[in-house]
Amino acid sequence: MIRFLFKGLLRDRQRSLLPVTVVFIGALLTVFLQSWMTGILGDMIDFNAKFSTGHVKVMTKSYWDRVEQMPNDLALINTAPLIAGLEKEYPDVEWVSRIRFGGLIDAPDSSGETRAQGPAAGWGIDLLSPNSREAERLNIPKSMVRGRIPQQAGEILLSEQFAQNLKVGPGDAVTLVGSTMLGGMSLYNFTVAGTVSFGSNAIDRGAFIADLQDVRMALDMNDAAGEILGYFRTGVFDKELASGMVSGYMAKADTTDEFAPIMVSLRDQNGLSAMVDYMDYMIGIGIFIFIMAMSIVLWNAGLLGGLRRYGEVGVRLAMGESKGHVYRSMLWESVLIGTAGSVMGTALGLILAYWLQKTGIDISGMMKSSSMMLPSVFRTVVTPATFYVGFVPGLFATVIGTALAGIGIYKRKTAQLFKELQ
Amino acid sequence: MKSNQSVISIRNLVKTFPMGNREFTALNGINLEFASGEFSGFVGPSGSGKTTLLNIIGTLDSPTEGEAMVLDHSVKLLTQKKAALLRSQKIGFIFQTFNLLPVYSAAENVEFPLLLQKMGGEARRKAVMEALEWVGLSDKAKSRPAQMSGGECQRVAIARAMVKKPEIVLADEPTANLDAENSHNILKTMVKLNQELGTTFLFATHDEKVIGYLRRIIRLYDGKVAFDELVTKI
Ligand SMILES: Nc1ncnc2c1ncn2[C@@H]1O[C@H](COP(=O)(O)OP(=O)(O)OP(=O)(O)O)[C@@H](O)[C@H]1O
Ligand SMILES: [Mg+2]
Repeated sequence: MIRFLFKGLLRDRQRSLLPVTVVFIGALLTVFLQSWMTGILGDMIDFNAKFSTGHVKVMTKSYWDRVEQMPNDLALINTAPLIAGLEKEYPDVEWVSRIRFGGLIDAPDSSGETRAQGPAAGWGIDLLSPNSREAERLNIPKSMVRGRIPQQAGEILLSEQFAQNLKVGPGDAVTLVGSTMLGGMSLYNFTVAGTVSFGSNAIDRGAFIADLQDVRMALDMNDAAGEILGYFRTGVFDKELASGMVSGYMAKADTTDEFAPIMVSLRDQNGLSAMVDYMDYMIGIGIFIFIMAMSIVLWNAGLLGGLRRYGEVGVRLAMGESKGHVYRSMLWESVLIGTAGSVMGTALGLILAYWLQKTGIDISGMMKSSSMMLPSVFRTVVTPATFYVGFVPGLFATVIGTALAGIGIYKRKTAQLFKELQ
Repeated sequence: MKSNQSVISIRNLVKTFPMGNREFTALNGINLEFASGEFSGFVGPSGSGKTTLLNIIGTLDSPTEGEAMVLDHSVKLLTQKKAALLRSQKIGFIFQTFNLLPVYSAAENVEFPLLLQKMGGEARRKAVMEALEWVGLSDKAKSRPAQMSGGECQRVAIARAMVKKPEIVLADEPTANLDAENSHNILKTMVKLNQELGTTFLFATHDEKVIGYLRRIIRLYDGKVAFDELVTKI
């Protein structure tokens, strides 16, 4: 009997090919959506971690309270013993000091008068220590546009966009007009070593990257740092590990002292946890919409097919098949179709996702005016969920669609179904 | 021929259909008795209730009032499932529009009722070939309905109704879509099966050709039996 019905299913294209195609497309889109969103999310987290948040971040409590303002008057001092302690306690984490600062960059003409000025978003990072991985971390070698990476004190990098606005290039001198840690005005001369472009508009607008020691000199921040970032040596952010570290550290921390160091996880910075939750929510919504849309399409297909099949159902009832048996056989059919479509859709979706995981898509053109810290090349990421997420709409929609369409069989009287034969 | 025991017994049968907020009476006080091996038919104008009566006898519909006993089962009391079982084992249907399943071959269409009965593969194949032989279509076993003529399709439908050797075959306007020659062929086939297997045949028709073969004619008018006559053989 099962073989008999299966034979009929295969021969009837409208009953097999059409719904399988719909399910196939739905599963494909769902799989793709999921890997795409996951990719965006992963890239975003990674990008934020590298440029801004670290996997965990240590700073003073009052700095954290006003972290958007980069308040270096509230920076950590005596960082050397602090880092030594962190390194000892968390050997699986690499600790790096950074100073984020704002200021004005002044480009002088040959006579030393101001020719151009612009606001800078400054980064003091360890560029010159022989074993520093900061330049790599910020992808500076690959982001170079002109010139070279700073090799000695006093050399800096400007973002290409910023350099063009100031009309300066490698070899030119610029002056940083900033404020010292104690609130005084600071003037410090640098030489542009090169220009960079990270592909993120938020950063490329006014980036000014100098070696940490130079920034300490310029801002009078001897052995101080606005923030100490911790990076897991695995390179991958681990939510549980980070929050474990944070709660362990905070249990021992002095919370009464405004200037005592505190530790914050990546998730708690830059609104990232809200972003993660939001993305999860969006994936959920997306899948829900697919289920609804496909249910409706398949329901209609099922209804049309059902109307077309009332004749068949009538004959089968007349031959002595029970309504329950007819209904169950239709449900089994839908399970088969849903599975077939989902398997194929998931397979192709995975191929596409794997391919885009390797190559990526450049969307910098669409992101011109965005101030979000987003990478400009989006990649899909295949996770375990990618393998089963397509089955949710694929199988559910088909079976629900058929179940709804098939209720007609029960609602109608046998005689009525039978009448449709006449 | 089997003994003259009663296979269908209808007492004061009334069938009404809801029509808007009123009721429409399609059958109104039918009393009939059918013995095993009959070759009988309901005739009457369109709307007189022939199909309605046939559907009740076939357990596809249920009486509003009165009693219809079919093979010792009260149609009114049968559950949907039991009715299906009764149809599967003992009642065959032939329709005006053949109603073969289009994606299956002639043999597969005939096979279907046997699959419902869970008959084993070997016995099934034999029974299917035998049934196709009865209707003279052994050579068309592999053809799909779309590849066969109307007359051939209706013969397949007869084979499908007969393959399980039912006690009763109900045929609603079986010749309405056939030309004269095919009509006679089919009727002769059914007469032959009636005689060889002792199957009870009940028709609903207004086709003179069919009426010519009937041995008992029941005329319906307005949901009532107006006439019930045995045809005396010449
Ligand atoms: N499901 C139903 N709902 C309402 N009225 C119905 C229903 N089924 C049949 N009828 C009515 O009952 C009457 C008898 O119908 P039936 O189909 O039995 O007639 P018939 O004798 O078979 O006619 P025909 O020769 O045209 O096939 C008709 O007037 C029909 O409109
Ligand atoms: Mg009729």
